[in-house]
Amino acid sequence: MPSVMLRKREDGKLLFYVAKKDLEETIESLEFDSPDRWGGEVVLGDGSRYFFEILDSPPKIPTTLQAKRLSEE
Amino acid sequence: MLEIYPEKAQKDRAKHLAVNDQSLEKANKCITSNRKSLPGVMTIRGCAYAGSKGVVWGPIKDMIHISHGPVGCGQYSRAGRRNYYVGTTGVNTFGTMNFTSDFTEKDIVFGGDKKLAKIIDEIEVLFPLNKGISIQSECPIGLIGDDIEAVSKVKTKEHGKTIVPVRCEGFRGVSQSLGHHIANDAIRDWVLDKSDSKEPSYQIGPYDVAVIGDYNIGGDAWASRTLLEEMGLRVVAQWSGDGTIAEIENTPKVKLNLIHCYRSMNYIARHMEEKYSIPWIEYNFFGPTKIAESLRRIAAHFDDTIKEGAERVIARYSAEYEAVIAKYRPRLEGKRVMLYVGGLRPRHVIGAYEDLGMEVVGTGYEFAHNDDYDRTIKEMGNATLLYDDVTGYEFEEFVKRIKPDLIGSGIKEKYIFQKMGVPFRQMHSWDYSGPYHGYDGFAIFARDMDMTLNNPCWKNIKAPWKSEASGDSVKAVA
Repeated sequence: MPSVMLRKREDGKLLFYVAKKDLEETIESLEFDSPDRWGGEVVLGDGSRYFFEILDSPPKIPTTLQAKRLSEE
Repeated sequence: MLEIYPEKAQKDRAKHLAVNDQSLEKANKCITSNRKSLPGVMTIRGCAYAGSKGVVWGPIKDMIHISHGPVGCGQYSRAGRRNYYVGTTGVNTFGTMNFTSDFTEKDIVFGGDKKLAKIIDEIEVLFPLNKGISIQSECPIGLIGDDIEAVSKVKTKEHGKTIVPVRCEGFRGVSQSLGHHIANDAIRDWVLDKSDSKEPSYQIGPYDVAVIGDYNIGGDAWASRTLLEEMGLRVVAQWSGDGTIAEIENTPKVKLNLIHCYRSMNYIARHMEEKYSIPWIEYNFFGPTKIAESLRRIAAHFDDTIKEGAERVIARYSAEYEAVIAKYRPRLEGKRVMLYVGGLRPRHVIGAYEDLGMEVVGTGYEFAHNDDYDRTIKEMGNATLLYDDVTGYEFEEFVKRIKPDLIGSGIKEKYIFQKMGVPFRQMHSWDYSGPYHGYDGFAIFARDMDMTLNNPCWKNIKAPWKSEASGDSVKAVA
């Protein structure tokens, strides 16, 4: 469960940053991204997949969240 | 070239060397970085203590930085980085002084906490104008398990000053990079978090910015600061060259954080973005092209007065830097440079060389992470070399094959290449010159490069191990 820092890049894309892993990647897709539901599975620029707890509202970015790493099939 | 290594080492090192390809979006496809150096190769890296005491904390001038542990670490890193500052050393500033707890066998056996407490008390008596103390751990502190945090807490209460324990034991991590991270976290936990409740000591303005990751080497931060102030911004804090603890405490109130050395200070910028919603951007003040680009990017975060200010600054200095280019470009045009520096210069100075018509044919970092290489790929030309954590041997071999006209690297590499008769500039501390940042710095940069490259002495140097074996040459020398 790495803690992930999320921030917006200048072009509006979300960046997914894990300090311990030295990983900074763009978020390519997010499962739920609507005002009443946010989170779920995310796919990063390098193809790896993570999971955020589903929240009732989008978090205020930048923020730090816990993510679960999904195994690659 | 890697043939001399054992098989396993060969495989490992091959991953750290790459040929640049601008079409790649991500560096991790072509180069590996931030990995442990192999035992037995001559790495040029430093340690976590160097990253914390030498880079991040050391330049904060009104604090006393105790090198906690045996005497050598502090003594041999003392004042070597040329972080300039204003103040009276030993009275209200302490930048070039070395404070150490001078561990002996006794302290290792019985623990050094008592000694540390005593040192802090002594410092309070001898240097009452210090604004705080940081305790920079050397390797033994972690190994014997001293509780420097407890000592700090007790003494903070007793003296009412900021006392920061930093767990930057040298054995942590693979290079100085982790030391930067630890130092950033220590600032976060022991300085910023504690000063949250304090009232700001100044009037907050709409154009407040902080310069982060400029260590004022040879006066760099001053050369940068004048440009920012001229365009109408107010520089509230300098991290950490010529910086003070008060400036650091004030930083959470600024409107924008400007990061020069991304590698060593991005952690704290990210923290401030999250906690205080301060946006941050990277900028680059090497060479007029990049300066203009950066000034405009910075100005884009503010209103029109600043945008005009940026244009005014660029226009004001244009005659000056064009004269510099006109003077030196003909002398330097087409020369090829190889770089191997620390955390930001391998990509930042490329622009400055290109402004002078020179070409960077190889670059590499001691302690970069993947994201640094992502940024580097775009700056470098195609088919140029990238080398991560290059070993002494590899660097020499590269130079022998590529035959660059100039090498920019650190003090450990300097004398090898000078003896080989290759012009060399030290790009860590500017070879006792500087500043190199800003327009003023560019003029000095150009002059220094010309001075080194076109120095007639290089033709007369022959590596001592290459001298002819005949008796004549020996006689001639005698």
